[in-house]
Amino acid sequence: MSGRTEGGAQARHLSWATQCQASDAPMTRALTLIRRRLVGSIFVLLIVVVGTFLLLEAAPGDAVDAYIVSTGGDAGMIELLRHRWGLDQSELTRLANYLWVLLHLDLGQSVTFSRPIRDVILERLPNTLLLMVSATALSFGLGSALGIYAGARPGSFRDRFLSIGSLALYAVPGFWLGLVLIVVFAVDLRWLPIGGIETLASDKTGLDRAADIAIHLVLPVSALGFIYLALYLRMMRAGMAEVWRQDFVLAARAKGLSRRRIVLAHVARNALLPLVTMLGLQSAQMLGGSVVIESVFSVPGLGRLAQEAVASRDTPLLLGIILTSAVLVIVINLLVDIAYAFLDPRVGAGEADA
Amino acid sequence: MSGFTISRRTMLAGSAMLLASTAMPAPSWAQTPKKGGRLVLAADSEPRNLNPAIVASNGVFFISSKIVETLAEASFDGKDGLAPRLALSWEGAADGLSVTFKLRDGVKWHDGKPFTSADVAFSALQIWKPLQNLGRTVFKDLASVDTPDDLTAVFKFAKPTPFQLIRNALPALSSVVPKHIYEVGKIEDNPANNAPIGTGPFKFGEYKAGQYYRLTKNTDYWGKDEPYLDEIIYQVLPDRTSAASALEAEEIQLAAFSAVPLADLDRISKVPGLKVISKGYEGLTYQLVVEINHRRKELADVKVRQAIAHAIDKDFVVKTVFLGYAATATGPVPKNDPQFYTADVPTYAFDVAKANALLDEAGYKKGPDGKRFTLKLLPAPYFNETKQFGDYLRQALAAIGIDAQLVNNDSAAHIKAVYTDHAFDLAVGPPVFRGDPAISTTILVQSGIPDGVPFSNQGGYKNDALDALISKASETLDASARTDLYKEFQKEVATDLPLINVAEWSFISVARDTVGNIANNPRWAVSNWADTYLES
Repeated sequence: MSGRTEGGAQARHLSWATQCQASDAPMTRALTLIRRRLVGSIFVLLIVVVGTFLLLEAAPGDAVDAYIVSTGGDAGMIELLRHRWGLDQSELTRLANYLWVLLHLDLGQSVTFSRPIRDVILERLPNTLLLMVSATALSFGLGSALGIYAGARPGSFRDRFLSIGSLALYAVPGFWLGLVLIVVFAVDLRWLPIGGIETLASDKTGLDRAADIAIHLVLPVSALGFIYLALYLRMMRAGMAEVWRQDFVLAARAKGLSRRRIVLAHVARNALLPLVTMLGLQSAQMLGGSVVIESVFSVPGLGRLAQEAVASRDTPLLLGIILTSAVLVIVINLLVDIAYAFLDPRVGAGEADA
Repeated sequence: MSGFTISRRTMLAGSAMLLASTAMPAPSWAQTPKKGGRLVLAADSEPRNLNPAIVASNGVFFISSKIVETLAEASFDGKDGLAPRLALSWEGAADGLSVTFKLRDGVKWHDGKPFTSADVAFSALQIWKPLQNLGRTVFKDLASVDTPDDLTAVFKFAKPTPFQLIRNALPALSSVVPKHIYEVGKIEDNPANNAPIGTGPFKFGEYKAGQYYRLTKNTDYWGKDEPYLDEIIYQVLPDRTSAASALEAEEIQLAAFSAVPLADLDRISKVPGLKVISKGYEGLTYQLVVEINHRRKELADVKVRQAIAHAIDKDFVVKTVFLGYAATATGPVPKNDPQFYTADVPTYAFDVAKANALLDEAGYKKGPDGKRFTLKLLPAPYFNETKQFGDYLRQALAAIGIDAQLVNNDSAAHIKAVYTDHAFDLAVGPPVFRGDPAISTTILVQSGIPDGVPFSNQGGYKNDALDALISKASETLDASARTDLYKEFQKEVATDLPLINVAEWSFISVARDTVGNIANNPRWAVSNWADTYLES
């Protein structure tokens, strides 16, 4: 955002009157956006599928090699397995088969789980989503709040303290932060469970279960969320520092508005927009980060499943996971763009006219 | 058995560290077992197929040996190191063509149907022989199984098969599954492979992928008053550090199969209420082996192989890589094996000067840069210790002028590189000794094995004398003559060094003091746990 011109920032600050006049326009823009994105997404997904498939083929060893690590076996058994899992077919045949299965809106069968991949993924997806959404809410909410707090008085002690503190957190590797949290809060203090998504075989239902899951999420969400907190904090702070210098802030001051009102209604509001963009970009990174956090906290999520799929060379399963993640990222970015269309009238307007 | 006593003693005496950390309160098996309770323990992997009759591996046994039982189990004091389970007795015919099993009466499957000799016949002929990873070798000559009555099964072999081998194979290879469940449809696709039905002390409860396995008490179990536990929960903990933390936080009561890394044992043994136990794995010995690709001209020379053997400081490896929880090896049969081990083999003391001299003698002089030749070294990634030994071996080889370049792969890539592509010069592998050299040890050096067979001789080694010895032993019916042949075999392997045995290790359990009857047989972690109990 450092490269933004003053004019740009000014143009972003539009009066409520202008936005209200064009109240039906955001909806049209959003629909146009959705339509364009959906068409584009299909190509993106196709590239993702073929690219991933070829990459996995390039990795040495197949699902049978991964399987016999724990069993051993003679030549006949290995041949039998390769045949059963369809690995004796050529790469092209397998890719074609997979695309054919995809055409039927299915994800195929996992070789290692011997179950439909859709079921395996749907079982894990809610856990990863829960972790991601909570961690994003934590880093975005707390990050931007602290950013406003720090940016309200640039250069003050609290500004410096928060900036340095958040940067330190950002520099910490996720697994290490996770392990430290476990040692302190689960092993030494025993306030929180050590891992997992819920108490094992507890037969809890309803609200009890929701509370149980919430307690289990505290540590992994903190580990994942605190790392990205710095990003939002610093972005918010920098955005605010930039907006402070704008003429409309001077005008607001001249009008005699309270400092609190200037900070919240004028400065922070304008500094928030780039954070929304960041939110979309961040979702992909968050998915990557959850691989590590899910392993450390034994959360049965998509990230861990992906890791297992790579280790066991379960190509269709990994493709299914990557496809799901790609769809997830596309949807999140679409939502961000739609939100943008509502927040900033300029976005999408040009596209709609073009 | 005296053999076992000696082996346990050697294992213990082998390391002071071990003794220090096994110092624990009064043996828990001296107390009367209590009934009830839920045992929660760590599981580091989730086997996809839980049928131990098809997949005879420790990962599967760890869970399913409580549900599906074998004909016999390993024992510290039983005759021939065995204790009866589903079979009460086993008798081999003198001609090696049949083995008669007398089965236990009054045993029921978990679904209430009676267990009979028909189940044994079905399991042996339809599963062990054609489908099981190890059974395909051991039972290859099994022709039929006669069932004169419900409690007798007579295995008939097409070729004389040593009874000693069948006997030694019973604990790992003889899981019996119900015929009435498996006779419908394809055995490999049977739903019971993921939710096993057996005769064991525990029934399969549920499996939540990525979270836990739940086993519940079988109230109809044949063992009097057994099992003691109400439930066993295997909590899936994929991260290597989490088992130790979970034990400390009292979320789990047991971590078997060295789920707690060796480096953490010293610290964890000092935590009040936790005990470190190195017993109960005597029948599951892993061997640290340097695999050699004999297609490399330099390595085809026995002098070079001897030089490499002399360059390895086995005591250092045991002390540093295994932190004392291992024993040095002399040959292809581990020291703790009660039947076959012989110490009467050529040994290679750690001697760098001698190693250098041997290499000079072989004609590989040091170049101006101090190097004789370069090798590709592939340590197996399955254990921390195999990877660490790879690092050590590189340094040890550097000391004798051999430049070893480490190639690190993940498991699937390693298996492919070594056993299919032969893209290695030296590899570090952890083969398992399974109580009889014919099960999975002789194939490590035997010639004529097709490409792609893992944990076998893929180094292109061929020694006619050794091959003859192996094939003679496989036909020798008399147990003591057969044992003598395997002692010969050990001598020949240690002389010609088709591979280099460096160390032997087993696993470590860490448990709460409240867990009773731990480690009371040589394959405890993969036995049925009918007598395991919780104190409070």
